[in-house]
Amino acid sequence: MQLNGGLQTVNRPALDRTNPENPIETGAAAISSSTLSRRSFLMCAASAGIAGDILHAARRSAASPELDTPRAQDDALFTAEARFYQKLPNKRIKCKLCPRECTVGDRERGYCGVRENRSGVYYTLVHSRVCAAHVDPVEKKPLFHYLPGSLAFSLATAGCNVNCKFCQNWDISQARPEQVPAEYIPPKRVAELAAQWHCPSIAYTYSEPVVFSEFLMDAADAGHEAGIRSIVVSNGYIQDDALRAAYGKMDAVKIDLKAFSDSYYQKVVTGQLKPVLDTLVALRKMGKWTEIVYLVVPTLNDGDGEIGGLARWVKQNLGTDVPLHFTQFHPDYLLKNLPITPVPTLERAREIARAEGLHFVYIGNVPGHPAENTYCPRCQRVLVERVGFEIRQMLILKGACPYCKETIPGMWHA
Amino acid sequence: MRNERTTSRREFLTTSLVGAVGFNAVQNLSSLESARSIEQPAKSRVSIAYDSLLRGPLPDAHGTAAIRHDSKTLDSDRVSNLLDQAMQGLFDSADRGRIWEKLVRPGQLIGVKVNTLGGRGLSSNVQLVEEICARLQEAGIRPQDIVIWDRDSTELERAGFRIRTGGSQVQCFGTDRVGFEADLVTFGSVGSQLSRILTQRCDVLINVPVLKDHDGAGVSIALKNMYGAIHNPNKYHPNGCDPYVADVNMLQELRAKLRLHICDATTACFDGGPAFKPEFTWRPNALIVSEDPVALDQIGWQMIERKRAEQGLKTLAAEDRAPRYIETAADAEHRLGNNDQRRIVVSEKHVA
Ligand code: SF4
Repeated sequence: MQLNGGLQTVNRPALDRTNPENPIETGAAAISSSTLSRRSFLMCAASAGIAGDILHAARRSAASPELDTPRAQDDALFTAEARFYQKLPNKRIKCKLCPRECTVGDRERGYCGVRENRSGVYYTLVHSRVCAAHVDPVEKKPLFHYLPGSLAFSLATAGCNVNCKFCQNWDISQARPEQVPAEYIPPKRVAELAAQWHCPSIAYTYSEPVVFSEFLMDAADAGHEAGIRSIVVSNGYIQDDALRAAYGKMDAVKIDLKAFSDSYYQKVVTGQLKPVLDTLVALRKMGKWTEIVYLVVPTLNDGDGEIGGLARWVKQNLGTDVPLHFTQFHPDYLLKNLPITPVPTLERAREIARAEGLHFVYIGNVPGHPAENTYCPRCQRVLVERVGFEIRQMLILKGACPYCKETIPGMWHA
Repeated sequence: MRNERTTSRREFLTTSLVGAVGFNAVQNLSSLESARSIEQPAKSRVSIAYDSLLRGPLPDAHGTAAIRHDSKTLDSDRVSNLLDQAMQGLFDSADRGRIWEKLVRPGQLIGVKVNTLGGRGLSSNVQLVEEICARLQEAGIRPQDIVIWDRDSTELERAGFRIRTGGSQVQCFGTDRVGFEADLVTFGSVGSQLSRILTQRCDVLINVPVLKDHDGAGVSIALKNMYGAIHNPNKYHPNGCDPYVADVNMLQELRAKLRLHICDATTACFDGGPAFKPEFTWRPNALIVSEDPVALDQIGWQMIERKRAEQGLKTLAAEDRAPRYIETAADAEHRLGNNDQRRIVVSEKHVA
């Protein structure tokens, strides 16, 4: 795999700003600004939509299978015994990775579709099986208080342990690994590529890193050996032991808190709220830098009471310094009947959270909105000015406001 | 960006009224004798044919003839006869040519959806599927217009099928060879991509499931076999697969193309399914045939319960895994068939 270029070659203003965690649009920028081998182009393109067309064209002509060139994915390359499960009688297993605790019979897979029981041994099918890889600004995760202006070597495998009706990456998150083109990129190679692309971090993102925890752990180790940090973008729907083992290796975490009501979690996410709140508290206790994103979906999770409850919970359980991003919803996947979140709704949510006492409340997916900036909670001056994923000014010095010396929480310099 | 088609339940109901072969149409097709169709419009028929000699002669007093009785290989002539008997029982007709000609027309593309999760021990029987393909050809279908399929070619091979693509022979391959449609189709709780074999290689679908216990769903027979046609079956196993199995079977393309269900109960599984575990299988040496997958599943479920009782096992309900999706499939929102046994006519025939 050959990826030429680095910080200066990534055309950051051209990145899609309406869709912060969607690799589909951003791949175009990454590809257009880089020289890629055909293989790596296909890899990026597979998740990027452009090449999605190339692949689809190939598949269309493959209605007759004799014309098809089966995608070469050597199952054995990507298969490793899972780390979090329990054996049961009759060759069944119970997965202990996420709160769903799937009980899986022989030759069957868990809900996420990327773990398979083979004669009573549970395997992950996605170790080193990378179906999307891009160089992204860290602001795109979004992490606003973590190495601003830096790049993250961002990757995903197929699969997810929930099924959000608004998912923008459902092509990969809701697919089984053999259904999406992927490349074998083992942990050491991940670290090498991150270094080659001048990325101080590896980001596990796009789909749901919980379901590729084993790969994430090994890649994080390889990265740390090479002096590269790791960050994860996750739904936080993970069991405590796995959280400590896997996310314990992370340097920063972004959690998608999808709502502050269990009924929304059940109906729209196919999950539960409480385990995610438990994850946030555990991360706090573990001392991990954590930011929260709340995707505001019109009529479903945008009530004042729900937003107020969320803000109070964050204040009481995590403190007032945790960055909270209210981001704009765009119709997709199974939730196309709702409109884009109106900006005033996002502004109202921000005001409610600030009124509860949270210091760093952002609005996301609205490029150029002043609530993309970081303000000093004491003197209210702009400290980091952002437009989309671009940093226009970064004034924080030694972790403090240059005007009033207030400490600004975060990891501001490498 | 994607170009998926999302169909609301209302839209689906509207379109299905116009376009789909619904349950009533299936009922009509099931009745070769139109008079009977008028007499019993709301009843579903399930035909079961048994042949205890399907694997060869039964043991004599000295056990010397038992050589083939436990064999996995079936006697081809007897399989052929068993299929005919089951079909004749369903359609009340001794004219096998006429039966198949009613089901398919020359020029149509026919998919034979098998179930191969259970490997050689517990998959749709290869000889049975060959007999089905032979009947289709007798009805004027070109061999190359028939495709035997499941989700994965390797699983097909493990079950004893030979992958065949191209030429003028019966085709056989998995969805892995051609992939899924890019568009999502939806019904109720389900949003899935469909196998391109179903969408592009089938005008008519013949379902050949296996009679099986299922650790999560309760049973896996005709309705559940359609999970093999979608890209994300793993998402639809919670809550005993209810209402997901019913919703999958409501997907318009499936509902419109499914014509006949021939359940392979030559070897069946009463516990520990859906994978093959020899200690939990038995050999009913039977075929269960119906045009109504709900009725077939209801009857198949009862057969599994009887075997479980015989083995001293609890009922599926007592194990909290009764296949509730069967009832859901019959409800007013789905109307995929009858689960009320008073409205199911079962004809049983013992060939030997
Ligand atoms: S990680 Fe996957 S298999 Fe394990 S419990 Fe969660 S959804 Fe189930």
